[in-house]
This record gives sequence, structure tokens and C-alpha cells, in this order.
Amino acid sequence: MGRRAVRPGQQTGVAVAEVRAEMVANVWKVVAAEGDHVDDGDTLVILESMKMEIPVLAETQGVVTTMHVAEGDVVQEGDLIAVIS
Amino acid sequence: MFDSVLIANRAEIARRVVRTARRMGIRAVAVYSDADADLPYVREADEAVRLGPAQPAQSYLDAAAVIDAARKTGAVAVHPGYGFLAENADFARQVMAAGLIWIGPDPAAIEQMGDKIRARNLMERAGVPVSPGSREPVADVAAAVAEAGRIGYPVMVKAAAGGGGIGMGAAASPADLRAAFETARSRAERFFGSPAILVERYMERARHVEVQILGLADGRVLALGERDCSVQRRHQKVAEETPSPGVSAGLRERMLAAAVLAGQAVGYRGAGTVECLVDAGTSSFVFLEMNTRLQVEHPVTELVTGIDLVEQQFLIAAGEPPSFDPAAVSSSGHALELRVYAEDPVRFLPRPGQITEWVEPSGEGIRVDAGYQAGNTVTPFYDPLLAKLCAHGADREQALARARQAVAAFDIAGPKTNLPFHAELLSSAEFVAGDYDTSLVSRLRPS
Repeated sequence: MGRRAVRPGQQTGVAVAEVRAEMVANVWKVVAAEGDHVDDGDTLVILESMKMEIPVLAETQGVVTTMHVAEGDVVQEGDLIAVIS
Repeated sequence: MFDSVLIANRAEIARRVVRTARRMGIRAVAVYSDADADLPYVREADEAVRLGPAQPAQSYLDAAAVIDAARKTGAVAVHPGYGFLAENADFARQVMAAGLIWIGPDPAAIEQMGDKIRARNLMERAGVPVSPGSREPVADVAAAVAEAGRIGYPVMVKAAAGGGGIGMGAAASPADLRAAFETARSRAERFFGSPAILVERYMERARHVEVQILGLADGRVLALGERDCSVQRRHQKVAEETPSPGVSAGLRERMLAAAVLAGQAVGYRGAGTVECLVDAGTSSFVFLEMNTRLQVEHPVTELVTGIDLVEQQFLIAAGEPPSFDPAAVSSSGHALELRVYAEDPVRFLPRPGQITEWVEPSGEGIRVDAGYQAGNTVTPFYDPLLAKLCAHGADREQALARARQAVAAFDIAGPKTNLPFHAELLSSAEFVAGDYDTSLVSRLRPS
């Protein structure tokens, strides 16, 4: 379920993936940090909306180049969460 | 009867309690967070007090702020609704210590039933059937595996202090159990502030059936029929009905008698619900837990019995007899409740957002308990329940037909809702036949 909770952003070039929020939510936990190597399926952040935890997973392997959210932030639908390249 | 009540809750349930209070001439005081200032219940109450910011910890869970609001407005009694502080024994004690009337059971009863392990042991002693399970919290994974070996797989792992299905997981093997235990423990600490875990035998084809009880001011405990709550996603209820199509007259009689025993065992006063699991194969049942407050799905019981349960809560809290004759309770027809959630109808993920259109269905046998209207914003801070759509008919077939029409006529634009799921449910062969269990939704939505 988690994997489908995010939609892949536009891919520019070979392997840059933008991870965006699929719904309005609070950022409960930031699991991955900038510079971390992640594999397809790794948890990047855990959102919380309406008393439900929603893990946001990487859909590609690579390095987290930017993490755009911090714990306690509120994200709107479509907001950028992280970039993996 | 007291002349004023503060409702320590929000949205549909606050609005529902306001309605009965006003009908009885009781002044209704609402409380709200910044996120809820525009909701209908705030306007419909006689008076409303801001509690604080949207975060529940700073508003609806802030016991001192709630009691302060009662003091400022001169409210005499406190109705907690469900969720938030409703099953918090310390809050109940603070309410009473402030000289206010607590509309609920004795705090000791809340405590006894709030800990699932204590409740299970107490019920076993009272003669209520329970599932094989741990009589003490399991401390770690090794203890859980040992306990599961004694009980026999599959098992269910749950937070002893939990509710709402949060942190629950089934395990068919020691490997499954290790994973389920870790999940349950982290959720238990985070959501319920206690890491205590219990392990119970898991019933594979189960119906979730509960009994509405009412502990009267004179000490008698009544059982007002059952509700079938087997339509669930993520262990949370989506639709309920009464009577249960899976409960025979004989089983009903045994369940209602056990629910009365359960209530008597804790000297229960007010409205409460005894939840059970019914084995779909053998027609045996076990105690699951008791909810010591008004239940979300109480309207279906109201529709078939004609009894206003909130009115009885008020009367009992005031020390008065109920409005009906306990010796002449009867049930008429069949009622369904569909929970309308702000979530996508396929994966059931939350979909908060602004409501641009809201048109409720109406008609014979239709009741809508709604928390929102057009122009309101559904925020991510609270549960996704927008409204409860209820249908009553002379029999199940008529109730289903009315529910189908009402679902089609309910028009909500803005946030996605699960109304399309309800349309599917009401036409699925399994639900229509009535021969379903708690895995119905996962069969309709195989992942």
C-alpha cells in the first residue's frame, strides 16, 4: 500500500525521481536523510493523515539528494517530499 | 434533569448529542478547535467555546481546557461522545471533582474495561466466554512466541490499552508473530502510551457482533439487541446492521445474556457496548472488548427500537428512570449504517479537502448523522468520518433497497469519499446474502 501512496514525479534525464505527497498530511517521521542511499521500496518518510500512518516509499534506487520536509510539517497534495537521483 | 450539558467532542457525534439536548430543553455547549470553527455543530449548539489549535492534544484531548469551558459557560454535565476523552477514567474523575455530572459509567468501570487483559480475565470470571489468550501482558517477542505456542496458531496480537484496530495484527507462524509483535508494540506506545501487548487465539471466519447495553440508574442492566459490524477495513468498521443476519434466535439470547453479565460484573451505568466475535462456522462466540461509551453505530439500534440512546444517557446520569418500559422493549424491522469516510473508495487512503458540494439523501427510513456541510474543510487532524448514512426498512431487503437509493442520492464533491464502495457493497452477492464475515472487504478488494 505504501508504495502506491506516492506517485512518481517527472523523471528528468536518466534517474531523477521526485517524490510528492498524494494527500494533505502531517509529516510524522523523516526516515531517510539527504545523502542516504536508498533502494526501491525503502521508506523515505512516514506521513500521518486522519489517524492513519502512510509510509512514503522510494520507487527507484539512488541517493536522496534533497529532503524537502521535516517532522511536524504539513504537506499539501502534490507537494515535493524528496528527490532521489 | 440537569439544565445544561457540555459536549466534549466534535463533528457528527457532537451534532447528534446537541439535537437530543435541544429537544429535551437542555442547553447545549459545544467546544471546538481552530480547524472546526465552521462546522455545523458549533453553530447549532446554544453556546460554543474555542479549546485551542487543531492538534487533538491541544484541543479535544486537553482535559483542563474542556473542564474550564464547562465552568465558564456554567454547564452542569459533560457528555464525552466517543473517542478523545470518552474512555479516559482520569478525565471522568476530574469532571466529577469539578462538581460536574459525568455522562458515562463509573471511572472504575472504564479502567477495568480499558485494559483488554484485565477485562478479559474479569469476563472469564463472570462466566462470559473468552478466547484462549494471555492472562498477563507479554513482555517481549520470546514471551509472545511461547504464549502463542500454548494458545495455538493463528493468533492475534493487540495493544492491551488499544482500540480502533490500531496496531492489531494476525500471525499464522512464529515468523509472522515476530513482525506483528514489533508493529503492535510500537503503535501501542505511540497511540496508547502503554507497550503492554496481549496474544489471543485468532478466529479465522469470524463475524464481529456487539450488544448494546444500558445500565439503569436503579442498577439493572438491559441488553437492547445486537449490531453486526463485520464489514471492516484495517480492522475498522465501515458498515453495520441490526439484526445480524448471522445470529440465530438462540445465539442472540445467549449473547444478550452474556452482555448483561458483563455489565453487571462492573456495575455498569449508562450506555455501553459489549463486542464479541462469532465463529461463522460453529455459532459460538467469545468476548472481545467492552466500549464504555456511546458507540459510533448506535443509530441502527435507535432505528429498530425507537429508543433515543442519548436521551437515556442523560436520564441515567441524572438518576432518573429511562423514557421507555424496560419490560416492553421490542425491535421492529432492519437497519443499516454506512460510514461515509473522506477516503478513496479503492485503497481506502485518507482524502481530506474542501467540500464544495454536499447534498444529503432523504426519504422514508433514511437518517443521516452528518458532521459537515458544503463549504467546510475536512482536515487531516481527525478521523475520516464525514457522516453516517442509515436506512431502516420493514425487513433487510427493504433496508438494503433504501440504502442503495440513498447512496446514489448522496452528493459530496471535494474530498474523495467511499460512497462508491458502499454502492458496490450493497450490490455484492456476499453482503446481500448476509453470509459474510470480517474478511468481506478484503475479498471485494483483493490486494
